[in-house]
Parts: sequence; C-alpha cells; structure tokens
Amino acid sequence: MPLVKSGKTTNDDFVHIADEVAIPSEGAVLISAARFVSDAEALSLRAARTGVIWPNNRDLDDLVPYLDRVAVVALVFPSFRDGRAYTQARLLRERHGYRGELRATGQVLRDQFLFMLRAGFDAFEVKKPGDAEAFASTVKRYSVFYQPTGDGRLTALHRRMLLRHSESASQ
Amino acid sequence: MYAYDELDHAVINERVDEFRDQVKRRLSGELTEDEFKMLRLQNGVYLQLHAYMLRVAIPYGTLSSKQLRRLAHVARRYDRGYGHFTTRQNIQFNWIKLAELPDALADLAEVGIHAMQTSGNNTRNVTSDQWAGVAPGEIEDPRIWSELLRQYTTLHPEFSFLPRKFKFAITASAHDRAAIKIHDIGLRLHKNAAGETGFEVLVGGGLGRTPFIAKTIKPFVHGHDLLSYVEAILRVYNQYGRRDNIYKARIKILVHELGIDKFAQEVEDEWQQMREGALTLDDAVIEDIRSRFTYPAYEKLPHMPEELRKAAHDPHFEAWRNNSVALHKVQGYAIVTLSLKPVGGPPGDATADQMDAIADLADKYSFGEIRVGHEQNLALPHVARRDLPALWKALDKIGLATPNVNLVSDIIACPGLDYCSLANARSIPIAQELTRRFANHATADLIGRLHINISGCINACGHHHVGHIGILGVEKNGAEFYQITIGGRADENAELGTLIGPAVPYAEVADVVEDIVEAYLALRVRPDELFVDTVKRLGVEPFRERVYATR
Repeated sequence: MPLVKSGKTTNDDFVHIADEVAIPSEGAVLISAARFVSDAEALSLRAARTGVIWPNNRDLDDLVPYLDRVAVVALVFPSFRDGRAYTQARLLRERHGYRGELRATGQVLRDQFLFMLRAGFDAFEVKKPGDAEAFASTVKRYSVFYQPTGDGRLTALHRRMLLRHSESASQ
Repeated sequence: MYAYDELDHAVINERVDEFRDQVKRRLSGELTEDEFKMLRLQNGVYLQLHAYMLRVAIPYGTLSSKQLRRLAHVARRYDRGYGHFTTRQNIQFNWIKLAELPDALADLAEVGIHAMQTSGNNTRNVTSDQWAGVAPGEIEDPRIWSELLRQYTTLHPEFSFLPRKFKFAITASAHDRAAIKIHDIGLRLHKNAAGETGFEVLVGGGLGRTPFIAKTIKPFVHGHDLLSYVEAILRVYNQYGRRDNIYKARIKILVHELGIDKFAQEVEDEWQQMREGALTLDDAVIEDIRSRFTYPAYEKLPHMPEELRKAAHDPHFEAWRNNSVALHKVQGYAIVTLSLKPVGGPPGDATADQMDAIADLADKYSFGEIRVGHEQNLALPHVARRDLPALWKALDKIGLATPNVNLVSDIIACPGLDYCSLANARSIPIAQELTRRFANHATADLIGRLHINISGCINACGHHHVGHIGILGVEKNGAEFYQITIGGRADENAELGTLIGPAVPYAEVADVVEDIVEAYLALRVRPDELFVDTVKRLGVEPFRERVYATR
C-alpha cells in the first residue's frame, strides 16, 4: 500500500507491530492504541520513534497527554463511508495542537484526499496505486473553500472581505 | 435573488469537473459500483427502477427565470421533457443517461445551479420558506442565513461522511411553511429582548421508519454563533451517531437514545470549546451576504386596482384569486402560488414547455423570480395586483391555474413504485385518482384546508406522517396495501398522524379517503373548523368507525 507524504509516494519507515509480537528496541514502529495505553509512559519514552494506530470509536482523551511524544498518529477509515476520523483529525490538530505526522489508514481513496488534507492529515496510506499517483493533481482540484479549518486556507467569506477592503482602499 | 460571485461559480464548476472525472473512472472500471455509488449520491445521482435519476438543488427554493429556463433545457435535452419538484426544494430528472450527466451538470453550472449533496450521507440542500422575503410579518429574510448555511455545508471536510443524511430548514415567520420540525436541524429565526437576531434551534426531527418531531435544543443562539453551534451539533453526531444500523443512524435516534438534555449537554460542552473560533460570523460578513441578495424596485401601487375590480365579476377568476393569491408585504403586490396538481396529473411535475412559459411570466410579472415550496408547487413572489387577471389567463392556458392550493387535491406524493427502487407501492396513481374524486372545486372549497400526503414506502418521502390524511404504501403478500393515518401536520404545531385501522387494498384507498372526508363534513362544528382540528377535538375513533363499519 503506497504511503503518500508531502504529495509524493515515499517509503514507510514505520513497521506495524502486532500486539502479540515483541516491540523491537530500535526502529520506528506503529502499535495499537490498546497496547500503547497499557504502557503509555514507557512506550512514549522509547528511544526510537513510536506511532499509534487510534481507532475511530476510541476517545482521544487517553492519547492527548502523550501527543508530544508520539511520532505518528494513524487514524482509521474502516470504510470510506465512515467519517469519524475526520473529526478526530481536526480535534488533534486544532484543539490539542498535535504537530506530528497524522496518517490516514484503511479505505483511503482518491476522492477523500482533499477532505483529509483539510482535516489535518499529512500522510496517506492509499489503497490503490493509481490514486497515489494522482494525489498531487487531485488535491489541486478545488480553488475555493467555504469552511475554516486548521489547514489555514482562506475561506470564501474571508476572501470576499479582503476583496472589499482592497477595493475600498483603492478608491 | 442571491447573486453568485466568481468564488461560488468556481466551486460549482470545479465540482462538475470532479464529477466528470468520477464518471469517467466508473465507465472505465477504475471505480467499483460500490465506490462510485457513494460518489454519485454525493452529487445527487440515484439509480432508480428504470434509469439514473438526477436530483438538482434549488437552495431555499429561489430560482431566477434564467435558471428555470435552463432546467427546462435539461428536461428537454437530457430527459423526457419534464421534471419533478420534490418536497425539499429540489427538482428531479428521471431518465438521464450516466454518460450525459456531466454535460447536464455543466449546463446547469453556467446559471449557478448544482446537484451537490442532494443525496448521500451528508448535509443536504438547505430549505426555507418559499415566501421568504415577501411574507407579511416576517422577522427578516431567512435566506441570508440559508445562504450562509449553504456555503458552510457545501463540501464540508469533516461532515461529508456522516452516519446518515442531514437536513436543515429555516423559517422566519410565525406560520412555518418550511416544516422545520421534521428536519434534523430546524431553525426558527427570532429576536431576543435586545433586538438581536438569533435562532431557536430544534434538533432530531425526521420521518421515515421512526418518525420524531424535533425538540428544542437551545431557545436562542445568536446569529453570530449560528455556524459554530451547528458545527458542535454535527460534530457530536459525527462521533456518536450510530453506524451499525442504517435505520438507526439519523440524529433523531441519537437524540432519542441519549435524551434531549444529555444530547444538549454534549453539544454545549463541544460548543464552549470552539465558539470563539473562526466560525464566528461578524456583522460585516453577514452584511456582505445580505448585500448580494437583491430585491425588486417595487412601485407604489393601490391595494385594489381597477383591473382587479373588473375581474371580480368572473367567478372562475375569483375562485383562483381566493385560493392561490396571498398577501404580500408590499401594498399593491401579491404572492401567487402555481398549482402543480392538475386534476389527474402526477403531483409536482412540470413539463419543459411549462417551465419556459413560467419563466416568461416571471419576467413579465414577477421581476424574473420564481419560488419552489415543499408542497411541490411553485410561486411567483412579486406580482402587482393589477396584473393578476392577465397572469391568471396566461396560467390557465398552460394548465397552471388549478385553484386547489392547500385543498384536498393539492396532494404531496413521492414518485413511488412507478419510478423508485425502494418503493413497495404506487403513489402517483393514488394521487391522480384522488384528484379526480375531488375535481369539483365547489366541493373541495367546502371541505377547506386539507393536506393529503402519500408515500410509497416507509422512507416517507411523501411525508405521510404529517399529512392531515397520510397514506403509506406497504406490501402484503405481493399486493399493494395502504395504511391511513389522520391528524398529522407539518407546520409550527407539527404532529404525527394516528393510524385509523388495518391497511386497505389499492382499489379501496380513494373510497376510504372519501369516507373520511364525508365523516369530517358531518362531524365538524362549523364550516371553518379545519379537518385537522376536528380530528384533534374528536380523536380518530369516529373516523375509524365510519371507514371500517362496512369493510
């Protein structure tokens, strides 16, 4: 499954470690939320990078205290129809100030890329190679956005106000 | 009218390009039908019994004559020469070919019309009072806020994959013509003690399998906070709404299961954390939207012009005027409802020729503006009263002067089994038969206001629960049967109807409705006691007796 970061397909440094497998002392790993929570203090102090896969029906409160110590939060789209992780993403970025990698996993398809970017995702485990190749062009499809999110894009309402100010200034 | 600027146009055009690409990927097999289904639904495309159906949004029910002509063009060029106006200020085309859909949407986009989010599990077309901006006594034009919500809900990055569909309606009048209490979020515009504009926010209304009347979640939310408060509701719903069972996924079920107080607390907790954020609408932004709504330059005209005095001698004109013409907020003007319920016709349909003719009449008599109401009728919102006789003649010529607005033959019906793959039974032929039974205007007028609503299945697109008489098609051993409810209503006193007894077969529905109406005429205490008030006073029992005594 190709990983897209900064608009390009890249190698995934992170290795998924199943719950029953011992966590290696070296190397970047992605582990389950349950495992992370059970030993969060120790895991978050691990020397190598640690990421956590957070299910979309699990409250973020257990994760929030460790956000500055995890390298990746991977949120899950069990189906592209299930949009709960969009809310989790925005809360992590906009409310809890998470600045690390926010990865979309599961059924991640081309037509969700822009919504995901706007919600704060910056890494994408893309299901289809063709979609990964189309990433850069797909996310440029829209030039106007109606809602303010943490991605910093100006909204249409805001752009109109700027336009008004520049018009009245030039008169 | 709201004038789209280049930003609004850009979004619509970009959506057409995106959809064209999605259709291309489906036709090439790159997308599975399962993947494509969600994408096409997000752009208003259903797969019906016989063909793809395109549902086009008419936000808050306002259309320009230019837009209506373009809808006529789409009906003619891509469909079979007609369109169907729905109960949520949309128009549906029933026979569009998938490969031609992008072109039809591109044609519509040129006049600022789109099909975004007219289906799918997202925030749907924002609806409002079809008399917005012209109704006497209205607090202010609710379309300003409808437009703010239209923009806010369009392609929302967080809420485009909700547990289920999500509908908004707004009213700013004491009499609710927008049916806000049967919406996921209903907004009643009012002013607080300080004279500031805000909203009573209602939540969790909806029909379908488990009908609920919406409950008030907050009596006053300031206009500045409208979007942040709505976002708080949507966020709670997106996280906690059920996704395990499609029939329990609407917000009404979440509100019901948590209880309105607990739900309100969840929303409040969320709102308090983000209410001071970027969603706050300052006055300048609200004024900017308001400034892009233009209003006609009304003349100073008399209430009773000579033309109207003369025409009053014609009883046919008078019957129409008494029925279809309503008071306008400006003296000398009127709001004219165009009945799309001709005797024997399918409710809510208009031909391409009719649409073109209405557009011409709107240019001539209504400052180029047309409205669409949830009752599946149209309206010309700014007609000078002196023009009423001429307009009536012109409407009569094109079959749009049936004087049955709000009467027993002004039936709301879904497309039913004639078109819809979900339906259990036909709706349209039942409606057609009822319009024939009550074709006599004098009789219909004697009966007075009476809303019949017909749905062909439990999904309740015909809003049968809130019809004064509600008719629900069900399937029994392969045959079409119909459950009849009475006493429902969709206005500010919204209530769900009560079942009067066992379902009746297709062939008996019209007889049963006639029996109910006859019982009402015998039971009402005064001619002006409406059907729904008689039911309220007496309950369903006397009607049940009358209907089932001989069956």
